[in-house]
Amino acid sequence: MHFTINGTSYEAEVDVRTSLLDLCREHLGLTGSKKGCDHGQCGACTMLVNGRRINACLTLAVMHQDDEIMTIEGLGTVENLHPLQAAFVKHDGYQCGYCTPGQICSAVGMLDEVKKGWPSHASADLSDVTFDESEISERMSGNICRCAAYPNIVEAIREVAAEQREVTA
Amino acid sequence: MKTFDYARAGSVAEAVQAGGRFIAGGTNLLDLMKLQVETPEKLVDISRLDLDQIEEREDGGLTIGALVPNSDLAADPRVIEKYEVLSRALLAGASGQLRNKATTGGNLLQRTRCYYFYDTAAGCNKREPGSGCEAIGGFNRIHAILGTSDQCIATHPGDMPVAMRALDAVIVTQRGDGDKRRIPIADFYRLPGDTPHIENVLEPGELITHVELPAPPQGGQTYRKVRDRASYAFALVSVAAVIAVEDGRIASAALAFGGLAHMPWRNPAVEAALVGQAPGTAAFEAAADALLDGAKGFGSNDFKLPLARRVLIATLRDLTQ
Repeated sequence: MHFTINGTSYEAEVDVRTSLLDLCREHLGLTGSKKGCDHGQCGACTMLVNGRRINACLTLAVMHQDDEIMTIEGLGTVENLHPLQAAFVKHDGYQCGYCTPGQICSAVGMLDEVKKGWPSHASADLSDVTFDESEISERMSGNICRCAAYPNIVEAIREVAAEQREVTA
Repeated sequence: MKTFDYARAGSVAEAVQAGGRFIAGGTNLLDLMKLQVETPEKLVDISRLDLDQIEEREDGGLTIGALVPNSDLAADPRVIEKYEVLSRALLAGASGQLRNKATTGGNLLQRTRCYYFYDTAAGCNKREPGSGCEAIGGFNRIHAILGTSDQCIATHPGDMPVAMRALDAVIVTQRGDGDKRRIPIADFYRLPGDTPHIENVLEPGELITHVELPAPPQGGQTYRKVRDRASYAFALVSVAAVIAVEDGRIASAALAFGGLAHMPWRNPAVEAALVGQAPGTAAFEAAADALLDGAKGFGSNDFKLPLARRVLIATLRDLTQ
């Protein structure tokens, strides 16, 4: 099978049961994405597929041979962090760090959804989204942090969103 | 997970003749396959079929492709403007990641979250016909209070289908022989009876291709969902409501409920108790009485009877006053 991940082409022979997450972690050495619950409940495995955030544990690798996949490894480097990675460091948006790659990939996808004007359960007016803290909490509810670093995660995301001039607060 | 054959369908005709279990978003099916609650021998990947459009029809309604992701449907300006109850229901369900993957067709077929259905060591007539129902007499906080049987008290977990039930959606399918069917959502789901493993009227190999929404209804629309936490949880009780008030009287009402039954629940008697009446406590209580006529708790879910009453009355109050 052939895959495009973080702009790099990979060939792999994997069992048809292999999830996209296991493909990256167990077969391609891309261990940045984490396996938490393996049932789509915790969000630690979140990746961007064709620019959209999804749970990589709940999808089969074989279904993604034509897709553009991006993991945390593709977002930034140690020398050149993605703005959200830098903001998580600055605001201490983690304790153990296990959920962090999923949080950051999810936040990248989420901010793009906001940019497109997608509403959320927290939006009073579905046609005119005001982006505030309750929106961040609602939109990030698919990412669990068992250390409960939520206040700092929200701060990190809020800062990057403000830099992208998406905040109307 | 048990192994399976995999095939990617190139067309709807190919898919319905492939003789396997359809997979699109996979967010529910793969979850259940990991637990071996579901053990399909063949998966037919329909995710690349050309069924991802939302189109306006001449009668003012919308035709929604079965592969339109929940996120896209919820954010579609036509849905937001004319079918707000549907957008609200979609946004009340799951997480951002799941809504990006879950599809319109798949969401209709979402399976119950009954704990015993998920636990392959437990008796469950839905998972394994004839093995009993451990939810009856067991822990049944999330279970049904309407339309139950002595074989099964599971609920349908969805939000989107509840809104579609209030909107009188029509489910369009194609069968292996190429025949297409248009199934009103009122006729689509089945109560558990003595065959709780059969949840809808789809035949083997029959594929949902579209969902049609009739022209937008008159009146105000809302979706109210009560759950154990503020986000990313299944409904304990939810209501999709479309109510029109004219000259101080309720002119029309469409009310569907989630979390109460084996399918999105709609009872004409609830609406009959409202139409022609002035909005107010008397009419709302009468509607709640009609809803709960025959309702029965099973212990841990007894609270759903008063909760359903309150959620209905609060929703009616919000929409009419």
